[in-house]
Amino acid sequence: MLTVFLQFLFSGLTIGAVYALVGIGFNIIYNSTSIINLAQGEFVVIGGLLMWFFSESLKLPFFAAVLCTLISSGLVGLLIERLTIKPLKNPDLLLMIMITISVSIVLRGVLMFLFGKEPYVYPPFTEGEPINIYGAIIQQQTLWVISITLFCIILLFLFFKRTITGKAMLACAVNPTAAKLAGVNVSKMVMLSFILSAIVGAIGGMTITPISLMEYDKGPMLSVKGFCAAIMGGLGSNRGAVIGGFIIGILESMTAGYVHSGLKDAVALVILLLILFFKPSGIFITKSMSQLRKF
Amino acid sequence: MKKEDFMVFIVFFIFVGLLPLFIESNYALTIGIFSGINALVAIGLCILMGYAGQVSLGQAGFYGIGAYVSSILSVYYGFPVILGILSAMIVSAIAAVVLAVPALRLKGHYLAVATLGFGEIIYVILNEWGPGGPSGFGDIPHFNIAGYSIQTTKESFYFIWIIVAIVMLYSINLTKSNTGRILRAMHDSDTACEAIGINVPLLKIKVFILSALYASLAGSLYSHYVTFISPSSFSLFYSILILMMVIVGGSKNLWGAVAGAIVITVLPELLRKFQELDILVYGFILTLTLMFFRKGLVPIISEKIKNVRGYKFAKH
Amino acid sequence: MKKAGAVFVLIVLGLASVFLFLQNAEAKEPYKIGAVFAVTGPASFLGEPEKNTALMLQEQINKAGGINGHPLEIIIEDTKSDETQAVLSAKKLLENDKVLAIIGPSTTGESMALVPIMNNAKTPLISCAAGAPITMPVKERYWIFKTPQYDTSAVEAIYGYMKKQGISKVGIITISTGFGDAGRKALHDMAPKYGITITADEKYGPKDSDMTTQLTKIKASGARAVINWSVGPGQVIVTKNWSALKMGIPLYQSHGWGSKKNIELAGKAAEGVIAPLGRLVVWDKLPDKHPQKALLKKYTQDYEAKYKGEPGTFGGHAYDSIMMIVEALKKVGPDKKKIRDYIETKIKKWPGTGGIFNMSPEDHCGLDKTAFEMVVVKNGDWEILK
Repeated sequence: MLTVFLQFLFSGLTIGAVYALVGIGFNIIYNSTSIINLAQGEFVVIGGLLMWFFSESLKLPFFAAVLCTLISSGLVGLLIERLTIKPLKNPDLLLMIMITISVSIVLRGVLMFLFGKEPYVYPPFTEGEPINIYGAIIQQQTLWVISITLFCIILLFLFFKRTITGKAMLACAVNPTAAKLAGVNVSKMVMLSFILSAIVGAIGGMTITPISLMEYDKGPMLSVKGFCAAIMGGLGSNRGAVIGGFIIGILESMTAGYVHSGLKDAVALVILLLILFFKPSGIFITKSMSQLRKF
Repeated sequence: MKKEDFMVFIVFFIFVGLLPLFIESNYALTIGIFSGINALVAIGLCILMGYAGQVSLGQAGFYGIGAYVSSILSVYYGFPVILGILSAMIVSAIAAVVLAVPALRLKGHYLAVATLGFGEIIYVILNEWGPGGPSGFGDIPHFNIAGYSIQTTKESFYFIWIIVAIVMLYSINLTKSNTGRILRAMHDSDTACEAIGINVPLLKIKVFILSALYASLAGSLYSHYVTFISPSSFSLFYSILILMMVIVGGSKNLWGAVAGAIVITVLPELLRKFQELDILVYGFILTLTLMFFRKGLVPIISEKIKNVRGYKFAKH
Repeated sequence: MKKAGAVFVLIVLGLASVFLFLQNAEAKEPYKIGAVFAVTGPASFLGEPEKNTALMLQEQINKAGGINGHPLEIIIEDTKSDETQAVLSAKKLLENDKVLAIIGPSTTGESMALVPIMNNAKTPLISCAAGAPITMPVKERYWIFKTPQYDTSAVEAIYGYMKKQGISKVGIITISTGFGDAGRKALHDMAPKYGITITADEKYGPKDSDMTTQLTKIKASGARAVINWSVGPGQVIVTKNWSALKMGIPLYQSHGWGSKKNIELAGKAAEGVIAPLGRLVVWDKLPDKHPQKALLKKYTQDYEAKYKGEPGTFGGHAYDSIMMIVEALKKVGPDKKKIRDYIETKIKKWPGTGGIFNMSPEDHCGLDKTAFEMVVVKNGDWEILK
């Protein structure tokens, strides 16, 4: 019984880690612009596919491939911000969200054109047998996914709490005008947030591809699940997004295990709805905090 | 209804009514039929968003309920089609109330996710328990009334657009009425409305039900026209498509919803010659439209027309 | 100088007119047939090889002089794996392009949406999807045919093999799309006939990233074998999870497994996976005198040379559909009714990529379970099981 439970739990952690990383990606952009970037899932796909391109097609050594992937994903984020977000002054938020959706369609088109429709995979970071805990197994790559996720969160936490740039980024979302008056270059911060968010997404993609494979149209599903994770934890709270991501992942896995696998998505969503109905701003955001935000 | 609105209404629907006389191709008329069906859903969402200020990413859920309930009732329980459609609308209204009461307390992105969740739950239910599961089911009867079955493309075209006209007429009247003015005030500030003694939550729920009814009706019409349905037509992507229609057309104007529905339905057909690159071209056109027609197509075009007129008057 | 110029112009004109004359003499009116494939969207794994096959056949047939001198024109429309788009595509082909017949669509749902349209337009349709309701009841599917084997045939091949192995308890795991659902129903329907009990019935979404939970549940249910029914990345992930869990029971896949790409993606995990595959995938392992071998060899090699990939079972469905129509056109000319009648009555003992077809007024598919071979993955290659 314990073995089975543990196995469900590990499976949930594997799924949840990815949702968490996508959720954090949402938060980074939301925290500096109030925009929900629904092309976030595409960043994950870009990370996975580019990593395949650099490591398997160009045969670059592992770290060089990682670096190239991160740089090129950052560039994609930069391009998107400069081409679509920057040109619009004082935009309507809903319009911006629709623009991110249409950008995600363009990205999918480009990815399909470059990589075709078939899935891609490359070997896990460390080869070797899965680890056995009380009879339940956990793949080594899963441990990589989880630890890299946690590492990202700690780095981001330090960045937003301890550096001037990080604090300036937070200020932009809450009140751009005030931030501008205080000498913050708002436009630059928005740009930075897109680059950072694209990189976080790409990290997610790079780490999960050996487990889940990657194909050009995986993005929308990841965006939706990551969005739910971010909302469950409370928009803007990275800790919330991570916990939200893991909760959704584990809920899905437990529903599949103990209820019925056909209903796993529905049960996770019902719980999400219930949480929202009782705590309208997510688990980690209080009402007064949410009232600071315009959207 | 103001005289100007009435003129636009008459001119537009006479134009639509004349179309089949000049267009021989059933293909073009079929695009027209789907545009009309999408327009119904978009009009509902437009009232909800542009007037009541509530976002919904769950319209596909109501659209799916409409399609499934009326098809199930007519195929498996021998209901007359019209009764099936009405029953579906009742079910949708109940679902709308159940969702709206808790969800409309939410704001912005949170409301978006709550409605999205609702739509996805409906999708999973259809996939899991709908007749035929993910494969869907067919041989759904065409719409018929008093023994007359609407089957040909031309008949269906007129039938759908007459319904669009009725819905449009009702909606224009609603938005120009006292309620419409209250709705717009609510869009700007809930608090101000409450202060002058309006039951804001109740009104919001009513508008939400209205949008659900429109979507449900459209779903039923879809299923009785295509005569085959499967859950994949009622997924989140349809909700997003509808949202896109409203935004592209202009959410502050009901005509925007209709225009958006037509544009977004026709566009992929025009892009067929790009073959596989169509997704790319589609994405680019969409992005550019959103960026350069920020208020939506209809408001911008009508402004242009007004400017031209204004110019003429100034000249004389 | 002027003279030379005039002569040159004359020569050019002369050559041009001869060329034009030749072309006119050669070019009879083209035969137009339509194709609706899910080239993009979730079912693109079907539509892509189908589209490639159609383009390749069109080129080959026209290079060889067309059909009785008429060039063949295949107009391909993308349905984006969506029923509404399938309806629009078919209407466009029928109304604007005035095609003689339509090939496709790729999925059962889309094919079902086209049934009433084709019956109204009195135009033959040869579907590339497997679902039984596409051609049954035959009376209401007068104009509709299909080339893929029934899902039940693939299931019977699996169950038959299991019976020989003495396996009677199975856990099934299917993808929650039309493809997986059709397989799931067939697995349930056929189980009693072969004395098989289904101990666990699990599902997963098309974009899920981990199926360990479902497999763990199957293992706990006491199943002696796992059957996975899916296409796309899901079947590779299931294979990887199955291997990582060291489940100790064999993994069977559907006929969707039939691509070397899957073995490549799953790597060592794929060793020992068993699946019922059409002969197209294992043509090089067939005896030389097999009636399908020459055709399979030519098709596969041509396809691989042109597209640097395998056609897979699904490309073969388009091949069969197109060749049937081409043969009918050759024999009876551009008459929709005659084409239909020809396919219904004259396609007998007809070797295609999917098997040996025997169409009849009672059966608009014409294939049975003998269309499949049970194949195991061994050392990164296929091996036919006896």
